[in-house]
Amino acid sequence: MIQLNYMLIISAVMMFAGIFGFLTRRSTLAILLSIELMLNATDLNFAVFNRMLYPGGHEGYFFALFSIAITAAESAIAIAIMINVYRQLKDISVGKLEKMKF
Amino acid sequence: MFTYTILILLLPFLSFLLLGLFGNKLSHKLAGAIGTTSLGAVFLLSCYTAYEYFFAVGRGAEGVYEALVPYNITWLPLGTLHFDMGVLLDPISVMMLIVISTVSFMVHIYSFGYMHGERGFQRYYAFLSLFTMSMLGLVVATNIFQMYLFWELVGVSSYLLIGFYYTQKAAIAASKKAFIVTRFADMFFLVGILIFGYYTGSFSFSFVNELKLADGATAFVPVDAARAVAAGGFLLPTALTLMFIGGAGKSAMFPLHIWLPDAMEGPTPVSALIHAATMVVAGVYQVARLFPMWIEYAPNAMPIIVWVGVITAFYAAAVACAQSDIKRVLAFSTISQIAFMMVALGVSLPGHEGVLDNHTQLGFLAGNFHLFTHAMFKACLFLGAGCIIHAVHSNEMSEMGGLRKYMPITNATFLISCFAIAGIPFFSGFSSKDEIITACMNYSPVVGWIMTGIAAMTAFYMFRLYYGIFWGTENKEAHEHHTPHEAPWTMTFPLIFLSAITLGVGIYSTLGGFLGWGGSFGSFVSASGQDYTIHFDVTVASISTIVAILSICLATYIYKGEKQPVADKLQSAMPRLHQWAYKRFYMDEVYQFVTHRIIFAHISKPIAWFDRHVIDGFFNFLAWGTHALSFQIRGFQSGAIQRYAFVFFLGVLALLLIMIL
Repeated sequence: MIQLNYMLIISAVMMFAGIFGFLTRRSTLAILLSIELMLNATDLNFAVFNRMLYPGGHEGYFFALFSIAITAAESAIAIAIMINVYRQLKDISVGKLEKMKF
Repeated sequence: MFTYTILILLLPFLSFLLLGLFGNKLSHKLAGAIGTTSLGAVFLLSCYTAYEYFFAVGRGAEGVYEALVPYNITWLPLGTLHFDMGVLLDPISVMMLIVISTVSFMVHIYSFGYMHGERGFQRYYAFLSLFTMSMLGLVVATNIFQMYLFWELVGVSSYLLIGFYYTQKAAIAASKKAFIVTRFADMFFLVGILIFGYYTGSFSFSFVNELKLADGATAFVPVDAARAVAAGGFLLPTALTLMFIGGAGKSAMFPLHIWLPDAMEGPTPVSALIHAATMVVAGVYQVARLFPMWIEYAPNAMPIIVWVGVITAFYAAAVACAQSDIKRVLAFSTISQIAFMMVALGVSLPGHEGVLDNHTQLGFLAGNFHLFTHAMFKACLFLGAGCIIHAVHSNEMSEMGGLRKYMPITNATFLISCFAIAGIPFFSGFSSKDEIITACMNYSPVVGWIMTGIAAMTAFYMFRLYYGIFWGTENKEAHEHHTPHEAPWTMTFPLIFLSAITLGVGIYSTLGGFLGWGGSFGSFVSASGQDYTIHFDVTVASISTIVAILSICLATYIYKGEKQPVADKLQSAMPRLHQWAYKRFYMDEVYQFVTHRIIFAHISKPIAWFDRHVIDGFFNFLAWGTHALSFQIRGFQSGAIQRYAFVFFLGVLALLLIMIL
């Protein structure tokens, strides 16, 4: 039986890998992937806690499913934004997106 | 009983709403018809109210007309104090209902002709209705506070009507002047009311009268009289005097009279209604209304009323002798005549031990009687002046002269009213003015003789005006293109109606006064409510008649001819006096000096400086400081998403640390 801790370590690694990617990658596409990674880490946590702590219940699984659906919608929107940004700037690297300031 | 009296207020209010909101969609004729019809109904209702009040209900057990309150609602309860709204019927308010509704109805009819084809005709009728409603509300007020509310409404509608021709600068300036001056005086009125309410715990008109509601309950809990007397030593006379200042402002008493001559910029029917017959007597009405208070608690302050009245009457009469604008002459004559009423109220001191004797009765009665007769003949004079202005398109006497051929009806009615104001027997002004002079003679011969002299001046300037308009040299140049003509029947009918009242009242009261008939004015309105039969004092009556006839003869001698050598000689003999009188003794310049040189320069300017530099400066500093600070820290808002995310992440870490620790 795999221990709960191992699972949590995997999701923590995924989470911090996501955060690191979010902060360091230049391409918006890579940043989007990092966000997906973070979300998957949380989804994994939902499933793991449900399986290990409340084996009879289903709420965690459902929550993970909802989260996946929302993630899909979110990435659709994010990609739409990127296409628009590309049309404006001919570039999607995050360093160019500095219009939203004072 | 009397439940219909509320309609007297509601009908003009409804027509105001109707004409004010939808007037533009109505034709001129329809709008005028709506206003006039509702006023006609008010006129009939007022007459019916008077009939029922004086004859059907009649006197109470003690031979006194009781004050009735058909309506009374508590509008704002404030602990023991409460503001009520209602309808009060007593002899003077019923008398005022008749005066206001008659003159207003006549003015509504007259305006059909006078305002024919004017732009804003519907607006004009809407404002007339508003004014009539407010004035009627003022006279039927059950307490001082209600009176004050309608008092201000009257001021507003006067403002709106003076400024009716809002494209003319003079009209705008005049309307503002009227509003500001009367508002300034009203401030004293309000302070008086507040002092009164604070110390007596009531806004009712009288501690003496207990008003009876329709269902027999008492409307006002009588105030603790002992408390009132304790306050009465100094505070009640002060409060009453402050209220009198408010009344003096509305009634154009010297030195608050300056707005009334300028108010003549409004349409002439408005001058007839507001600035001759109704609104300007509100101050007199207020003193009459508070009369029981005055004689009970402040008889020592009443000489103020007398002397303000005497000075005003003399001043206005002197100025009227030199004016050339016919409406200005009438305006100053109005001021002078209102001062007569004030004097009459002021001289009616209580007799020994506060008993209302004949002496008191006479002054109170004469003041109210003169209010009634003056409203009728002065409205007639103003409406006549309107006909003349309509015919020659000018206010200046030099453009007139010799109009009697062209305008016979106006001439006749004007002459009747001139006789009335001059105080010739068998015209209404005679009886009332004679009573005033008798009352003044009883008070002090000095005041009596001064008033007789002013009455002589009145006769003189009125006939100067009359001859200047209808006799003298015709101004052929001005009449060449446009021959003057008699006004249409809508304008002549009110003249005939009002002069008929003047004649009818005059004949009845003159005969009644000499022969001692009852049923004259004194039977309806008197200080004590008892029947009072007017008896003329033959000496006073004959002296004032002779004086009036002499001054008319003098005016005839000077002004009737084609050329006026005597007048020119007098003018060149005393150029300075004429100039002073023509310029109204420079009262406006005095005001200009006081307001601009003293108040604006030495009080308002420092305050304005303080406002601009200290108060505005503080807020400008706040704005500047915020701006400068944000300029310093705006670098945080870099627009770089990853930096935001990093700061956010650090924040989360910090929060976590705090939670763990």
